[in-house]
Amino acid sequence: MTALRLPTARETRRRADLLSRLPLVLAAVFAVLLAVAAVAPGILAPGSPTAIDPAQAFAPPSTEHVFGTDESGRDVYTRIVHGAGPSLLIGVAATAIGLGLGTLLGLLAGLGGRVADYAVGRTVEVLFALPGLLLALLVIVLVGPGPVPATIAVGLSSAPGYARLVRGQVIGIRATGYVEAARVLGHGRTRILARTIVPNTARQLLVLATLGIGQAIVWASTLSFLGLGTEPPAPEWGAMLNAGRTYLQVAWWMTVFPGLAIVGTILAATVLGRALERRAGGLR
Amino acid sequence: MLWAVATIVFVGIRLVPGDPALAILGGPGSQASAEALAAVRAEYGLDQPVLVQYGAFLGRLVTGDFGESYVLRRPVADVIGAQIGATLALAAASLVVAWAIAIGLALVSTGRSRWARSIGGGIETVAAALPQFWLASILVIVFATGLGWLPAVADGTPAGVVLPVLTLAIPVAGFLAQIMRESMLDALAAPFSLAARSRGESETGLRLRHALRHAAVPGVELSAWAFGYLVSGAVVVETMFAMPGLGRTLLQAVTLRDVPLVTAVVLVVALAYLVVTFLADVAATLIDPRRRDAETGDRPAPTPRAEVAA
Repeated sequence: MTALRLPTARETRRRADLLSRLPLVLAAVFAVLLAVAAVAPGILAPGSPTAIDPAQAFAPPSTEHVFGTDESGRDVYTRIVHGAGPSLLIGVAATAIGLGLGTLLGLLAGLGGRVADYAVGRTVEVLFALPGLLLALLVIVLVGPGPVPATIAVGLSSAPGYARLVRGQVIGIRATGYVEAARVLGHGRTRILARTIVPNTARQLLVLATLGIGQAIVWASTLSFLGLGTEPPAPEWGAMLNAGRTYLQVAWWMTVFPGLAIVGTILAATVLGRALERRAGGLR
Repeated sequence: MLWAVATIVFVGIRLVPGDPALAILGGPGSQASAEALAAVRAEYGLDQPVLVQYGAFLGRLVTGDFGESYVLRRPVADVIGAQIGATLALAAASLVVAWAIAIGLALVSTGRSRWARSIGGGIETVAAALPQFWLASILVIVFATGLGWLPAVADGTPAGVVLPVLTLAIPVAGFLAQIMRESMLDALAAPFSLAARSRGESETGLRLRHALRHAAVPGVELSAWAFGYLVSGAVVVETMFAMPGLGRTLLQAVTLRDVPLVTAVVLVVALAYLVVTFLADVAATLIDPRRRDAETGDRPAPTPRAEVAA
């Protein structure tokens, strides 16, 4: 017979630590898996993502096909793993476009004087009046559908958010002592910009970009889902969901698993972004 | 503001590679004759100088004339007029449901029990992360295909609206609950909460009567953003559930590159967004009397953190 033993204070604390760290650990593990899948999908899924096998069409999840097969008998698990690269690439590229453009606009507004600030401020405000997907759809109608336009569209629609943040940061930093100190030391404008202002905004931008990648992936996959981005049979998560929609009644696995990959990616980005934010000492 | 949106749209249209006249006649594949192209150019004023076209474009917008859809061959204003009601009703219903869920979640996730906080917070994060198009599919799989409780498409019955509204409401509820939780925790730590507790107010009463009102302000401010999110979400949801509305019309127009229709929908949504932003401002002032005296500066409405980037 074992005696009833209450946990010691230290054990309780450790358990609490685990409870609060668990999301972070899961997110990190997921991120590593994603990175492996993106760089070397063959390690996690040796098969071909586009190999068809009509005899095996619509096979439900089993030991042979853990996530089932699609309408042409392609293995859903293999396609998800191989889809990580394209899906992440679009998300990262879109974030880079948005971040680059937003930073440029923000720096211009924060440093370029009143006229530039006004012009950028108004432009950003106008773009904010075109919520969410709307701006992206406008870009698509002007440029045409496809993976590259979709990436540009998502990037452009995220730029106003970054621009607003950078502008606020720059104005805040300009008011601090060290910019003045650099000026007193006789440093030129470019040097102050490159050595003082940009490094000080970088940390917050990193946080925001981490959070933003998840969102960019959702938007890009939404465009693919709507048939405006990557087209099947290319293994991309949004495109897979687009294909799965037709067979929702007969093959739930074609929809559930690629979607879980997207949701997992966003959650990982969110959790990691927040952890970064805490380390950076708070965003606001 | 609207003028600025219109100008950006106009410039955008002019930047499009390709001949608009050709697009009207059905794109490069249509092998339109030179005479037909010239006739279309004259009809749509495309042979005029750009500035004249710009002036005419603005003039028509002021009088509510958005031109004629390339594809449907109907006045764009008619097309939008026929569709906008359904989408606004859908967005409004979803916003109400989202608020109800968000208040519930915020109350749970600011609760006293550690587990309630963790689980409530987790649900909020997951809900906010769900892509609408996937959520819609999952709801259909579970409630339509699996359980057979609700129809998989909006068939015009009240039951058919449940899944579309839930699809739109759940992610918004996640965002709303997150932002409400933050200000609710602030409120619970504020001196007025201590005062209420010392008066013998129960924890539940404190949350319902004092903290909720405090938390509602950023939530209301966020509602303008949420409305925009709902309207652009309508593109996905109306397509998924085969519902009539502006979103589905917009997607079709984008797919067929029907520029006048897309332009008009974008302008109408921008207008609606501005109106809702104004309404949200008014509502926030009504809830929080302190704002009435405060100077109304250029304070940006709050956006959820993930969304600031996106």
